[in-house]
Amino acid sequence: MLFSGSKRKKVIGSSQNDLYDHCLQFYAQPPLENISLTEFETFAVERLKLLKTVENLGVSYLKNSEQYIKKLEKEFANLNIPYRTEVEDRKVQVGPSEYEKRRKDHISHFILRLAYCQTEDLRRWFIQQEMDLFRYRFGHLSSKHKTDFLHKNNLKYDTVSVEEKRILKDKLISSSYGLSGITVEEHDFYKVPFQDALDLVRSRKVYLLAGNAYIPHQEIVTIVLNDFRTRLSKALAAFHKEDNPKMWFILICSLCCSHAYVGQDYSIQKNIGKISLEQIDALAAKSFPLCKRHLHKALRESHHLRHGGRMQYGLFLKGIGLTLEQALQFWRSEFIRGKVDADKVTLQLQLTLLHTVLVFHKQTSQVISWLSRCPFRHSDPELLKQKLQSYKISPGGISQILELVKGMHYQLACQKYFELTHNIEDAGFSLNHPNQYFTESQKFLGGGIKKEIETTQRSQENVSSNAPNMSQPPPANSKQTHEEMGDLDSFFQDE
Amino acid sequence: MPISDYDSACLPDLLPLYYRRLFPFPQYYRWLSYGGVFKNYFQNREFSFTLKDDIYVRYQSFSTQIELEKEMQKMVPYKIDIGAVYSHRPSQHNAVKSGTFQALEKELVFDIDMTDYDDVRSCCSVADICLKCWTLMTIAIRILDRALREDFGFHHLMWVYSGRRGVHCWVCDDAARKLSVAARSAVAEYLSLVKGGEETVRKVILSDPIHPFVSQSLAVVEHYFPQYAIVGQDILSSKESVDKELVDFYKGEKNPMKRWDRLCALVEHKKSSSKKSGQYFDKEIMLQYCYPRLDVNVSKGVNHLLKSPFSVHPKTGRISVPIDLKELDTFDPFEVPTISLICEELERPRTDEAEEDEMKDNEQDAGERRRIRDYKRTSLAKYVKVFDRFLEGLARSRKGEMLKKSDLQKEF
Repeated sequence: MLFSGSKRKKVIGSSQNDLYDHCLQFYAQPPLENISLTEFETFAVERLKLLKTVENLGVSYLKNSEQYIKKLEKEFANLNIPYRTEVEDRKVQVGPSEYEKRRKDHISHFILRLAYCQTEDLRRWFIQQEMDLFRYRFGHLSSKHKTDFLHKNNLKYDTVSVEEKRILKDKLISSSYGLSGITVEEHDFYKVPFQDALDLVRSRKVYLLAGNAYIPHQEIVTIVLNDFRTRLSKALAAFHKEDNPKMWFILICSLCCSHAYVGQDYSIQKNIGKISLEQIDALAAKSFPLCKRHLHKALRESHHLRHGGRMQYGLFLKGIGLTLEQALQFWRSEFIRGKVDADKVTLQLQLTLLHTVLVFHKQTSQVISWLSRCPFRHSDPELLKQKLQSYKISPGGISQILELVKGMHYQLACQKYFELTHNIEDAGFSLNHPNQYFTESQKFLGGGIKKEIETTQRSQENVSSNAPNMSQPPPANSKQTHEEMGDLDSFFQDE
Repeated sequence: MPISDYDSACLPDLLPLYYRRLFPFPQYYRWLSYGGVFKNYFQNREFSFTLKDDIYVRYQSFSTQIELEKEMQKMVPYKIDIGAVYSHRPSQHNAVKSGTFQALEKELVFDIDMTDYDDVRSCCSVADICLKCWTLMTIAIRILDRALREDFGFHHLMWVYSGRRGVHCWVCDDAARKLSVAARSAVAEYLSLVKGGEETVRKVILSDPIHPFVSQSLAVVEHYFPQYAIVGQDILSSKESVDKELVDFYKGEKNPMKRWDRLCALVEHKKSSSKKSGQYFDKEIMLQYCYPRLDVNVSKGVNHLLKSPFSVHPKTGRISVPIDLKELDTFDPFEVPTISLICEELERPRTDEAEEDEMKDNEQDAGERRRIRDYKRTSLAKYVKVFDRFLEGLARSRKGEMLKKSDLQKEF
């Protein structure tokens, strides 16, 4: 997937037509076309809404009961997901075409794969909802379309001939509960290699002959679902194994270019896994910039952070090298101590994760950081003074900082804070990013993280030449990103 | 013919002789190479040996037949087990990056052990067997062999006497060797009917509809049941062995067969009644007493190690020989040759004809031919023939596969 700025390029070639010639698919091939950032976000959010609905309905109603089906149908209509082949439908199509619906289905699935391949728990959730979704959609296909689907997807299961059915009729009847002679005559049976029907074989619910299981039409769903699960599971695991999946890389590059950010990108994790969760409290006191130390303290005290705070802090933690697993563990334990419902926590975390993914792909963490509530910029001087006193900064140091703040030199104030907390005259670097603060601190203290000397030097050079630009985000884009952030924020409700 | 008494103390003397002159290495190697179709198939196979004084060594592997022979003659294993074909040579598994040394393929195997039937045989218990309860093995082989061939489509099955109290089945088809753990366990569960441990009284429960597999298995059991169970094991005599209600029902009848008839009549009666409970009672009894009991865990694992054919059973001295299914009903485990017997048979004077041929050939050929002549002079011969026929079947099948493949290629 490549991003082409804000214009959408429609690629309708014959190959694409083939790709979407059935309303259902196994998602074997990743999308190859260009889509806009807006579509990226919309598709992802809508599919996530759908999967959430699938999950909730699956909990509230018996799967495939009437209510379940009715409610799911409604959601489908709302979200324009294809679920029935409407090719024969002569009504004038209002809204997105069938082709567009299928394209959305395809792309949105792959976007969520990006987010959900990261941990075992996320993978499991994603697979479960996608399976339920698939089961529902497959079940509603006509018999012909079911067979079409099987053949298109290399499930070359043949139907049993009429003659063979006649010969085996008694055996077929006595091998499945609820099959009558009429059912056998009228309905299709599929010949499936026994290795593809293990659940039915294991429980002896199917007739076996010469290594083939004779599966009645209605049971074929189980087989297909198993195949779906296996394929998706393998694909997610493979996706996750890639250290730097091509798609991430392409996205990062295209976004970096569009924001003309110069300097070290803390979004690329160079220090993964070198921090342990036990260290965080100590690190917060020693090496976090004031804004993040503040957030950390708030979190520890109230076991809760509002959405914006979570976002910032989450990204910062990522930048200092916390792995995704550690981050999830960290947040979960905090919220549980804050007595948030454990299940809600997981879903919330998932949504946060996705949000992080999406926002991450809209801008580098650098820009987000600028939108954070920098205490030097935003705090009332009296409050700031009190805070600094509580962190045991010397009175002389505090007045130096307040001077800088008065002159609106917020970065220098932060730098001063660094110098005071580390007991040095000169920080020796130009500060422009909270994660940089952390790295420099650790470097100075000689502990923990292995540093990338070259890149920090390089970034220093760049920063010194571009210093004036660093105090504000590129104006043209900030409004847009603000708006987009706004849209997303409203979706992920803040409590 | 004098049958030599076997004494395990003689093993240190007998085993070297056995491995030098009687163990059918060429056929054994041919079996495990599977036609050399897959590279390193033999080289990556794990063997495990139990040496004198119960020293157990795993991850043995060999590059060639000669190396296998030399090592076995050197180490003189008391027991030999065959494991899986791995991703690398098992003997070098420590040098392989952790996580990459994997069991890839292995024959699908089944292990039927007589001790699993202790609750339903009255003639023997634990390690003992007799000709009466041996019928259970016969029934097991018939039922499982049919199902594995007809239901699952396998063709190359080798049944082997374990040497003491059971039988093993080696399913050697390509497809069987490639089966996953899940598939193996599914096959084993499909074949399982007797469920429950000591606490469970009713170990077989049947309900409608009766699956064709069950009906076919029942047909085999019914053939042997009257003679084996009613007469031989006298299962209707002990009050505990059957439902207490029924015991009262036929108490008056002394003849076991007539008791069984009465029981069957009762079941017939229940079938026509509305309640329908107990309508399969007679079938359940038959299955509980006779149906094969497998250890699913043996069949499940790809890396599970199983006793090798032609290895010796240290406690009985008997060789684990392949069973000829054409003569299944007359197979007698007590007639299976012991290592003492065949070694003794070896020492008997040779005919002149054999000595002449020996003078001519080169050393290696002569060695092999001598060995062939050697086992042919012993009771081991007929069992090696069964093995040969099995191998021919495998070879024919491979040839057929290759022809099919080349035909397909010609079409293009």
